[in-house]
Amino acid sequence: MSMLETRKLESFYGDFQALFGLDVTISPGETVAIIGANGAGKSTFLRSLCGLMTETRGEIFFEGQKISGRRANQIVRLGIAMVPEGRRLFQSLNVEENLLLGGYAKRSGPWSLDSVYKLFPMLKERRQTMATDLSGGQQQMVAIGRALMSNPRLLLCDELSLGLAPIVIKDIYAALPEISREGSTVIIVEQDINQAMAVSDRLYCLQEGRISLQGPPGSLTRDRISQAYFGM
Amino acid sequence: MEWISTIIQGVLLGGLYALFATGLSLIFGVMRLVNIAHGDFIVLAAFVALGIVSGLGLHPFTSLVIVIPLMAALGYVLQRGLLNQTLGRDILPPLLVTFGLSIILENVLLEIFSADSQRLQAGPLETASLSLPGDIAIGYFPLLIFVSAVVVIAGLQFVLFHTELGRLFRATSDDQETAQLMGIDNHHVFALAMAIAFGVVAVAGVFMAIRTNFDPSVGPARLIYAFEAVIIGGLGSPWGTLAGGVILGVSQAVGAKINPGWQILAGHVVFLAVLVVRPRGLFEKVQDL
Repeated sequence: MSMLETRKLESFYGDFQALFGLDVTISPGETVAIIGANGAGKSTFLRSLCGLMTETRGEIFFEGQKISGRRANQIVRLGIAMVPEGRRLFQSLNVEENLLLGGYAKRSGPWSLDSVYKLFPMLKERRQTMATDLSGGQQQMVAIGRALMSNPRLLLCDELSLGLAPIVIKDIYAALPEISREGSTVIIVEQDINQAMAVSDRLYCLQEGRISLQGPPGSLTRDRISQAYFGM
Repeated sequence: MEWISTIIQGVLLGGLYALFATGLSLIFGVMRLVNIAHGDFIVLAAFVALGIVSGLGLHPFTSLVIVIPLMAALGYVLQRGLLNQTLGRDILPPLLVTFGLSIILENVLLEIFSADSQRLQAGPLETASLSLPGDIAIGYFPLLIFVSAVVVIAGLQFVLFHTELGRLFRATSDDQETAQLMGIDNHHVFALAMAIAFGVVAVAGVFMAIRTNFDPSVGPARLIYAFEAVIIGGLGSPWGTLAGGVILGVSQAVGAKINPGWQILAGHVVFLAVLVVRPRGLFEKVQDL
């Protein structure tokens, strides 16, 4: 059984249609990258999966269960967590409070405050600091830790590298294999094609809301990716 | 000495204003909703207490055991059933709906209880006072109101900053969408905040009903005092709300001392002065609630 399957998924912002009939299938344990230019629909795709898009058509199945039409707060309880674009940490809460809130859904699994602090030791030292007082990289660690606290079966990461220095991006991506080892399937949305190809088992390229290319990174040539990415 | 006494009376009166204001401040902090009917709900709580006191023969203070949960339940249902639907990017719908509620409540109360002035009797406590040197007398009842306000605000502060419920309030206030990604049902969280606000409204209503005469039309004036206390203190800051109430109370007491006709005016003038000098309040919140 697939971990996630979308059938003819379409999403709208009012009259504007952002996704057109996406059929995506993801198997348990995979790390899948969604790449594409600005406005290609990558973030909208993730937002549709976790229930933040209210205007959608088509169907989404998670571990065989239909989840399309459910609210975001119900979907996280089934085991889908999201690291949102721009991190979106709670500014009135310190690091530890942000993490604790991530565990509000109270799903059981390998992740707890201790294991998140083991993955990102720096956060333990700064656990009483207001989350938004941290550097960008540390904030991204809080955002990932917060999502892990719900012990997701499927982790959605939206633009992990956005606005971060290359050395910091390397640290952040170094955590992904550990997360996969603990049993989470991962979907990353990434503009940095090299980064996406390095960490993923398979990738989908979106162009103007449609899948323009898919396959394992090794099977795709740079020319094909460029064409699928830019449409030229 | 007379002036010291005046200021003490003003501080104690400020406790009642802080109780009026706390619920208003909490719900604005959590969900950016300005409840125009807040004063009318204070009056509703007073009438509910009146009904319980006269129906069951309870002391007004004992009636709180029923009035607080009843009002809290009403707050929860009102938020889930009506006000949640008005929340969104536009701030106008909640203003209009609560304005409508204010008119409906006032007229329903008028229909049921008539326009006659009412009062709850709390017995000898109402007039008993503590004598201090220098002819200063502190009424036990005003003191009780002030202490209650401090306890309510300290409790609220504790809930907000040291409990999971407080984390939910602060997180939902920061970013509703991301809060939902944590599994938080924001509709439920907002309704819990409204329930707490209405619990405080119940306390404020009963104290008001013992302290002064009331009738169905006095709600809007309570709303104005609550607004003034909240804005003087700084939106979303619980201790700021207490300070705002005290400043308003002292201003009114001092105004009345200079000229009995200036009591209300003095409060409004100080409020306007604060609004001009520090539009975000004297104790601007350090963090968004």
